[in-house]
Amino acid sequence: MDTLTREPTRRFALAAGALAFAAAAIAPRLAFAKPSDVEAEFAKLLGGKKPSDGRIKLDLPAIAENGLVVPLGVDIESPMTDADHVKAVHVFADGNPQPGVVSFYFTPQCGKAAASTRIRLAQTQNIVALVEMSNGSFFTASQEVKVTIGGCGG
Amino acid sequence: MSTRPTPRVRLPATAKAGEMIEIKSLISHEMESGQRRDAQGAAIPRKIIKGFRATFNGKEVFRADWHPAISANPYQSFFVKATESGEFEFTWSDDDGSNYVAKNKITVA
Repeated sequence: MDTLTREPTRRFALAAGALAFAAAAIAPRLAFAKPSDVEAEFAKLLGGKKPSDGRIKLDLPAIAENGLVVPLGVDIESPMTDADHVKAVHVFADGNPQPGVVSFYFTPQCGKAAASTRIRLAQTQNIVALVEMSNGSFFTASQEVKVTIGGCGG
Repeated sequence: MSTRPTPRVRLPATAKAGEMIEIKSLISHEMESGQRRDAQGAAIPRKIIKGFRATFNGKEVFRADWHPAISANPYQSFFVKATESGEFEFTWSDDDGSNYVAKNKITVA
């Protein structure tokens, strides 16, 4: 009888210890980017200019089941001529360990300012894109992606 | 995972002048983000492909800067307007300084 009552407590103590250890190991990794970090990156690129909304279509799932592989597509309306084309698109995430995700650089030869890749998302967060046009103007768009961890809606 | 990354590129072999072609590429690479820790709690050093560049007949057509948020075995697709026959060269630049290169010819009628 004695062993039966003691066994669960020992297990509990072990489990609690393991949890505390795991938490300590994870804690230093929880330094995620904040929306203000994305704003700082924006400020660097914008150099005092103000971006307008629209013109860019973000192709992202509303809910990503696996944060390790999230398809990301961008499509920007533009004639893509030498005089008027999309120079670059910078994509940021405000809840990853680092805000930078990807930058695409287009040329008029592309014919179409569209590109896609696959990205990692650590948690549910906003994806923000900044489009740089050849005439120096900027456009922005953002979308939230819910990342479900283990299917429990984290 | 010390195998040499293998690039794969898919694009049409022929195209009509003025046609928009889609280029899809994939390269095998672990894209170690530098955020993970091993069983002993030591940080695993970052090793990613940080840049992708596509040139056509020696002239740059598309480029991308990749950050650690790019998934393992990075995929990249983009468009190019076919104007003349020639050769595409794709270069992936690794953190360790190595470059992985793939070349594809296209015939424009």
